[in-house]
Amino acid sequence: MKLRFSRKALCIPYAVFLLFFVIVPMLVIVFYAFTDRNNHISFQNFIQFFSDPTKLSTIVYSLVIALITTAVTLLIAYPVSYILARSKIKKKTVLLLLFITPMWINFVLRVNAIRELLNWIGLLGEANYFNTVLGMVYDFLPFMILPLYTTMQKIDNSLYEASADLGGNAVTTFFRITVPLSMPGILSGITMVFLPSMTNYVVSDMLGNSKVTIIGKFIETYFGSDWHMGSMIALFLLIIVFVSTIFTGGFKSEENARGANL
Amino acid sequence: MNKKAIALKCVKAAFIGLVLLFLYAPILLLAVYSFNSTDTIGTWGDFSFTHYAKLFGDSVILGMIGNTLLLALLAALLSTILGTAGALGIYYSKKRTKTTLNAVSQIPVINAEIVTALSLTLLLCVVIGLPRSYFTLLIGHMVICTPFVVLSVTPKLKQMDNSLYEAALDLGASPAKALFKVVLPQIIPGIISGFMLAVTLSLDDYIVTSYTKPATFNTISTYVYNATMRGNAHTAEVLSSFWALTTIIFIIILAVVLTANLTGNKKKEKKK
Repeated sequence: MKLRFSRKALCIPYAVFLLFFVIVPMLVIVFYAFTDRNNHISFQNFIQFFSDPTKLSTIVYSLVIALITTAVTLLIAYPVSYILARSKIKKKTVLLLLFITPMWINFVLRVNAIRELLNWIGLLGEANYFNTVLGMVYDFLPFMILPLYTTMQKIDNSLYEASADLGGNAVTTFFRITVPLSMPGILSGITMVFLPSMTNYVVSDMLGNSKVTIIGKFIETYFGSDWHMGSMIALFLLIIVFVSTIFTGGFKSEENARGANL
Repeated sequence: MNKKAIALKCVKAAFIGLVLLFLYAPILLLAVYSFNSTDTIGTWGDFSFTHYAKLFGDSVILGMIGNTLLLALLAALLSTILGTAGALGIYYSKKRTKTTLNAVSQIPVINAEIVTALSLTLLLCVVIGLPRSYFTLLIGHMVICTPFVVLSVTPKLKQMDNSLYEAALDLGASPAKALFKVVLPQIIPGIISGFMLAVTLSLDDYIVTSYTKPATFNTISTYVYNATMRGNAHTAEVLSSFWALTTIIFIIILAVVLTANLTGNKKKEKKK
């Protein structure tokens, strides 16, 4: 019997790949989170996780660092994107590219660069939390600018004119036109920055003098020693991701913050 | 233009300039010192290429750069094939399959990298019991890269003219031939940008790499991280060769971005 070629069948390898390397690993995490070393069902990790003040305070610290990082990044990226998107100069994309280019340098080398700068001005080892937030803002800024710029670029100029004609001043126009219409960009920028700043421990390790523990590092400390506790924290993160996805409506390819469609 | 408008323009330009300074200051600092004989930033020596000589004379560093590039190309190639086929299959599937696969495909994109890394390591190395090897590393990188290839190809499929495929079939082409000769050429820009994206994702990765790699294998990310975290006197010399490495990578990227932008503009002009 000759197999008929079907276009649909092309997705089978990818579906199998996703099943084995995405879905099954997630199930393994859930299994490990609720079992003990003897593979018996146990809520020990769960209870320990939520009753240990040091664990909880690490998570609170990490959330605060992520919130501050995201807020600062948004406060810098929003005006940058606004100015770029509304500017009338010809080579606008070149200017945008200047903001995106550092993103393509190896991530760890970039963190190392800011580490050297902090070392030079004498802050390394002195202000661990400040350095961590600074490094994260530095590293994640392009991820915020790109989706913001993309959505603001799409706002029809006649809307601004209409607002002015109808007597809206600059402030009114900004809050009634720019902000609501750039909301998708804001949300996708926030997801691109908030999650890494809770989990990417490269920055906190290299700039925080190993004194700053974020949730990602927290998981890493259980690597090899206690997979069950590590899985419990990972599951906690997974739930945060899941909930935030419901709020932000998921990831859209048009706002690909990695710059695929530049 | 009144004074207020001019003032506003200056404030805007100053703000843009400041943010750019913030983004480039660390890299430029390293670039300047990479051409200096000193090993500590702040003390000024003579103009020299010693850091570059050290970089190109260190077989360990060169080996790890080679590892990084080879892994990125291999992971990107495999991800591009798997992801392009996946995107095509998903596009032609029924609605339910489409929604399910697209949703699952999003998981590695939105998930925290550490969760992806931990879950994969748990499955491959703890549950199945495989040793950390090039295979586990490659799988790790493909999990990060492939969904982005799908995300790059899918918009091109949606823009495609479906009647061309039907026309090819009517004219006697086999479905496979029509796919290769008619569909593929239309989505090639998406495939290329997916490939490039996969390369950059793989080059950039630290967390998944550190979880899935064999102990003796290093990429730029893991090597630089380990060197900085050790922090003894021996690494001061290694660290200064990273200044040269950062500068070289920065120059290459700048060159690629500029040429891509210039040739892109030329194409647009031709279209006019």
